[in-house]
Amino acid sequence: MTPPSHDDLIDRLAAELKPVRPLASPVTRALGWLAVVAALAVVLAMLSDLDALRRRLETAPDMWLAILGSTLTAACAAFAAFELSVPDRKPAWALLPLPPLLLWVAASGLGCLRGWVIPGTHVASMRETGDCLVFILGLSVPLGAALLLMLRRAFPLRPDLTAMTGALAVAAAAASLLNFFHPFDAAVTDLAVHAIAVAVVIAAGRVLSRRVFAG
Amino acid sequence: MIAAAPVVAFLPSKIVMPLPSLPWYGPSPQFRMTEPRRMADADARRTGLAADERRAALMAAAQAGDGAAYQALLRDCISIVQAIARRQGVPADRIDDVVQETLLSVHRARHTYDPQRPFIGWLRAIAQRRAIDVLRSTGRHGRREVHAPLAYESFPDAAAPDRDAERAQAGSTIAPAIAALPAGQREAVQRLVLEERSLAEAAVITGRKPGALKVNLHRALKTLRAKLGGGEG
Repeated sequence: MTPPSHDDLIDRLAAELKPVRPLASPVTRALGWLAVVAALAVVLAMLSDLDALRRRLETAPDMWLAILGSTLTAACAAFAAFELSVPDRKPAWALLPLPPLLLWVAASGLGCLRGWVIPGTHVASMRETGDCLVFILGLSVPLGAALLLMLRRAFPLRPDLTAMTGALAVAAAAASLLNFFHPFDAAVTDLAVHAIAVAVVIAAGRVLSRRVFAG
Repeated sequence: MIAAAPVVAFLPSKIVMPLPSLPWYGPSPQFRMTEPRRMADADARRTGLAADERRAALMAAAQAGDGAAYQALLRDCISIVQAIARRQGVPADRIDDVVQETLLSVHRARHTYDPQRPFIGWLRAIAQRRAIDVLRSTGRHGRREVHAPLAYESFPDAAAPDRDAERAQAGSTIAPAIAALPAGQREAVQRLVLEERSLAEAAVITGRKPGALKVNLHRALKTLRAKLGGGEG
């Protein structure tokens, strides 16, 4: 026999029932956010010196790997975050961005070594790395706001994990877009600043998760 | 002379010998599923699938705004959620809390259900999470409980002879004090304390957020404490 309080609650919930539009699949929603990132990339590409970027990539081919790593990290983390935002998806989705993240970190580390072994390489000064930090954090705000709004429409049962995965997507996307305006090779200080920026964005995502997500 | 008892008398009526299983890599006969058992399992699986398809259809109808389908579905969910909560190790007196919290979550998350996917997996994920929440809150509550031998002197026994008179006296003092509270605070005291409803339930009834109800209750208790001279408790 059902206790009366359950019946009361069910009657109340049924009374306030309104039709809802089922949420689009996580893949579709992730593609929507990645489209926003791609549109931003087009705008930034038009503002940047693409010839300089091409020359830089020709002289330092390992930078391709770092850019590929950060871009794939952004895409995989976005797919994982949207999967995690739906109740019946497994938490193992959070592991999806780890392989490209390893590639990104490894390739960036390789860039640091190049700064040491090749004489005459322009290594970023503290002021320039500070600019990187501001760029990543500044770009993370609109990208993160768009992602949080899109994730909020779902019902993440693990708000922390969802927010941290989403924040990784945001930080990786911002770091990828930074390459349009990165007129020097990666160095230890530069990499450390990137890591700090990513950590700050992830920490912000974790702090916001409790306020933003209902699950 | 004692007649020798026949040896067979000491043997069990049935000698159970493990039979060699053929082929050697196959399961032994006692573990091999019999045909009726296999058919019963297949039937149960079919029944389970049919039940889940029915629930998925009810949820799809609920998403479209069908209240009757929604009521039928939520009633159907109760026993499933209770079983999940029991399996998670939720104490018997908190299982109803898990059911209510899960029903509220199902209501808030109903737009995230994809009718192409199994309903039971979606419901199980929500119920398990709510069971963990209740277990955590039970743990926190347990940590707040302290061994207090003096409590027997501080708090009168429920069966004390003058208990009814004291209660009546306290009621006549408290009732006007509650009535004098601002509407929001009075509502929080009414639903959460006097009617002993859960925070989630009170939130649905009043249409306020659980956080707002908590704040209102806290303020109300502070006001009442100050008014009734209970000190800083």
